[in-house]
Amino acid sequence: MPPTIALDVIRYRPEQDAEPAFQTYEVPFRDDWVVLDALNYIKDRLDGSLSFRWSCRMGVCGSCGMMVNGKPKLTCAAFLSDYLPGPVRVEPLNYFPIMRDLIVDITDFMRKLTKVKPWIIRDQVWPLEEGEYRQTPEQLDTYKQFSQCINCMLCYAACPIVGLEPEFVGPAAIALAQRYNLDSRDEAAGERLKILSDHAGIWGCTFVGECTQVCPKHVDPAGAIQQFKLTAALDALKSFLVPWGTR
Amino acid sequence: MSPMSNLAHHHTAYHPRWYRRRMSVWWWLKDRAYMKFVVRELTSVFVAYFAVLFLWQIRAVTQGPDAYAQFMGRLKTPLFLTANIVAFLFVLYHTITWFNLTPTAMVVRVRGKRVPDTIVAGSNYVAWLIVSVIVAWIFTRGI
Ligand code: SF4
Ligand code: FES
Repeated sequence: MPPTIALDVIRYRPEQDAEPAFQTYEVPFRDDWVVLDALNYIKDRLDGSLSFRWSCRMGVCGSCGMMVNGKPKLTCAAFLSDYLPGPVRVEPLNYFPIMRDLIVDITDFMRKLTKVKPWIIRDQVWPLEEGEYRQTPEQLDTYKQFSQCINCMLCYAACPIVGLEPEFVGPAAIALAQRYNLDSRDEAAGERLKILSDHAGIWGCTFVGECTQVCPKHVDPAGAIQQFKLTAALDALKSFLVPWGTR
Repeated sequence: MSPMSNLAHHHTAYHPRWYRRRMSVWWWLKDRAYMKFVVRELTSVFVAYFAVLFLWQIRAVTQGPDAYAQFMGRLKTPLFLTANIVAFLFVLYHTITWFNLTPTAMVVRVRGKRVPDTIVAGSNYVAWLIVSVIVAWIFTRGI
C-alpha cells in the first residue's frame, strides 16, 4: 500500500454551513508533492466541491496563499514532506473574510493597494521626443527589493494589526508605496506621506516583523515600513526646525 | 424551519454570506513569534521603571546627604535587589532585540552600496561599549 498523509481542510459552504469546520482527507504521499498538489488530488479524485485559488503553481502568481499548520504559505511551495507525519492543517488566509472553503475576499486588499497610489507620478511629464526616464543600476537597486511583491497577501495573514485594525493599510501596500517613493523617476513621496502618516498607515505598525518572515519574495515589508517611518519622522523634524525650508 | 435551511434561504449568488473570524484576545499566545513580540513590547515597562528610579535618585540628591544615604540604603534591601536584577534582565532583552532590529529600519549606504546588517547592528554595540567605558571611568575615577 502506498503511504498516505492526512489533510485537515477548512470547509465553508455558505449555502449550508453556519460556520467553517475541518474535513479530513487522506491523500497519497509523494516526495515531490506540495500542499497544492494534494488539494488538487482531493478536487480531482475525492471531492470536486472543494474550492481554492491557484494558477501558476510556481510561486509567481500569488494566488495560492493559505494557512498551512497555522502559518501563511504559498501552497505551491509548501512541500508535504516538511509536514510529516501529518495531518496537515490547511485553512484560508487569516484575517480575511471567508467566501467559500479556502477562498477569501480580497476586495479590501485591492482597495488598500490603490490607496497608496502605486504608480509613477510626476509634476511634469516629459514629451515623448525627450526619450525615456533613465535610471542607473544604483538607482534601481534602492527600490528593486520592494518591487518584487506578487500580492500574495501572506504578509497580511501574518500581521496581527491587520486583524485588530481593519483600516490598517498593511505591509504589502506600504512596501509598494515605499517602492515608488524610492524610485528616482517618481515625485510624489510627499503626497504618499500625507496618505500614510496616520494610524491606518505607517504609525499603525508596531513592528511585529512577521510580514518579513513569511514573505516568499523577500520583499521585507517590515523594513519598508520602518524606513518610511524614519523618513516621516525626519521630515516632521525638519519642518519643525526650518518651517520656511519645506516646499 | 431549522436554522440551516434558513441560512440557505439567505445565500444566493448575488447575496454572498462571508464568514468573518473573530480574533481572540489571546491571539498573542497562539504563535511563538507573536509572543516574542509581546514580551519585547512589555519590556518597555522595565525601562520606565529604571527611569522612575533614576528620578527618585535625583530627588534624593537634591534633598541632601541624609536623604541620599537613606535612598542608597533602601536600594540594598533584598526587595530592591531582586526587583533591579529582574528589571535589568528585561532591559537587556529590550536593548538587544531593538539593536538587532536597527538594520531593518535603517538602510545605510556608503558609495551607493548597502552597508551589511551586521555592521549597522554592530555599531550600536560598539557605541554601547564606549558609553559604558566612559561611565565606568567617571565612577571609578573618584575611588
Ligand atoms: S510583500 Fe511579500 S508576503 Fe506581502 S503580498 Fe508581497 S510578496 Fe506576498
Ligand atoms: S499557484 Fe501561483 S504562486 Fe502558488
